[in-house]
Amino acid sequence: MAEKKQFEKGKMVPVPSHSIIPERDLGTTPILECSHLGIDFGGLTAVNEFNITVGRTEIAGLIGPNGAGKTTVFNLLTKVYHPTRGTILLDGLDTHGKTPAQINRMGIARTFQNIRLFNNLSVEDNVKIGLHNQEKYSMFSGVLRLPKYWKREKAAHERALELLSIFDMQDLADHQAGSLPYGAQRRLEIVRALATNPSLLLLDEPAAGMNPSETAELMENIVKIRDTFQIAIMLIEHDMSLVMGICEGICVLNFGQIIAKGTAEEIQSNPTVIEAYLGKQQ
Amino acid sequence: MKKSYLSKTNWVNFATYGMVIIAFVVMQLMGSAGMLSSTIRGQLVPICAYVVMALSLNLTVGILGELSLGHAGFMSVGAFAGAVAAAALPISSAPLRLGAAMLIGAVLAGLVGVVVGVPVLRLNGDYLAIVTLAFGQIIKSVVENLYIGMDAKGLHASFLENRITFTDGGRMILNGPMGVNGINKISTFTAGFVLTMIVLVVIFNLVNSRAGRAIMALRDNRIAAESVGINVTKYKLMAFVTSAAMAGAAGTLFALGQNTITASKFDFNMSILILVFVVLGGQGKMWGSILAATFLTVLPETPAMRELRDYRMLVYAIVMILVMLVTNSDKLKGLAGRIIPKGKGAADNG
Repeated sequence: MAEKKQFEKGKMVPVPSHSIIPERDLGTTPILECSHLGIDFGGLTAVNEFNITVGRTEIAGLIGPNGAGKTTVFNLLTKVYHPTRGTILLDGLDTHGKTPAQINRMGIARTFQNIRLFNNLSVEDNVKIGLHNQEKYSMFSGVLRLPKYWKREKAAHERALELLSIFDMQDLADHQAGSLPYGAQRRLEIVRALATNPSLLLLDEPAAGMNPSETAELMENIVKIRDTFQIAIMLIEHDMSLVMGICEGICVLNFGQIIAKGTAEEIQSNPTVIEAYLGKQQ
Repeated sequence: MKKSYLSKTNWVNFATYGMVIIAFVVMQLMGSAGMLSSTIRGQLVPICAYVVMALSLNLTVGILGELSLGHAGFMSVGAFAGAVAAAALPISSAPLRLGAAMLIGAVLAGLVGVVVGVPVLRLNGDYLAIVTLAFGQIIKSVVENLYIGMDAKGLHASFLENRITFTDGGRMILNGPMGVNGINKISTFTAGFVLTMIVLVVIFNLVNSRAGRAIMALRDNRIAAESVGINVTKYKLMAFVTSAAMAGAAGTLFALGQNTITASKFDFNMSILILVFVVLGGQGKMWGSILAATFLTVLPETPAMRELRDYRMLVYAIVMILVMLVTNSDKLKGLAGRIIPKGKGAADNG
């Protein structure tokens, strides 16, 4: 692994697409660029004119009231839904027409709002499935137990434990994933996503159902993951202490439209945002 | 520190190998001591064929998690391809001829599996079941209208009506709805044992490998599997075709242990029978499939049960409904969970 660089919360600067990214990411291609992204379900416009730019090592936040279209944006980015309008550039490459699996191989990994683990398999196997495209060997090597199988399986086993150790979960490796407590299942989902070696990690409400001390720990871990793996992280979260604490650029969505973009301070004092969350002041 | 790697799964796998080996040795010893009745001896090869059928269907149903109601179709392809190959191949050694015929049966069934699988595996759940059911019927109709004969010039085939004209010494092998007659019975119990072991090794090694994990990931959560970069079609097809090829080999083994086979033998009832083995034995549990296939093949042949043989599909249907009710009821599951405490979470993939 490359030498670990620690990032402080960066100064946000504007880029040509009228978004902001951390100053340190200015020299490189942004990891994600969405322009005019939108999707209609029948006559209903779920997301419209979604423009965002995420820097290579940025922690970005996507917030908004319930039903604003945040998860829909994640589903558009990972091609669970195909956008009606607009383009998504991942590391400068167009993702048009790709399948969710291809998107993952291009570098986006995600977790789900309602946890989606491989419940009947062990924790270790869940992570190893994440390593599917990292430790490759053919079906025949597997069935005939050729030397390549042993070599790659050993590497996958070690890598899986190494990844699990991020969240101190290596001792749970033999447990069945579905039997884990809720918080551990959320963490396992993050580990599985990291195993796919992404350049952009999408976290859908990672702190849901966690108590304040667990959330604080999660915040530290998210920053640690970004520093260790040098990746961009985009997260949807309702817990404002987490969002304001670690997100550098924040994007607020309401009724499928971006109503504000900026740093935590800018968002907190933005009257449109306050109105969207609390209603109009009489 | 950590326990030995995947210990429980390995233990189950080795116990399954051991069970099959012991059963084979015991039956061989009893056979050579003359302790087996002719009925039982006649059942040994079909039992092996049914065991392999159940194992292969368990790969589709238990590991891939897709319901297939046309598994007898693949058995049929393997049976007739194998029977024709065994009659046509100029190999004098019986075991070699059997092996070659099985290989041809497996490859052909696997190819049919690809042809069926590519469109069918785009469907999910009930739709997949309906289409595989139709596939089984189509195979039956196709074989019933297929005529294959051989003479000095080689193989001749015709479809819908028998238009084959032979040169001297020609003979029909597959005679449409009459099937294949006068089969040289070269299938042996030993061959059945070897095939069962090969199928077990392939399934266990597949399940505990990268490809197998991808297949089980699709079963547990397709959307999550896609999100970690697993090619859905590729791995669904891999499991389905492997399963079909194994069923083809089982079909050849079965056919070459009979005097006569007809297409009507491999009908919807046969598919359901195999499914009963899998459901009763436990989805994803290979040892369960072996036991269920063995006992449900032997049981109707025992004198006590012979009277009830006509009702066996009726009984199986009732049993299957009961199993589904019990395994899908949270109340009953909770009750079973209280009686039999589950092992502390170690995942069971065997």
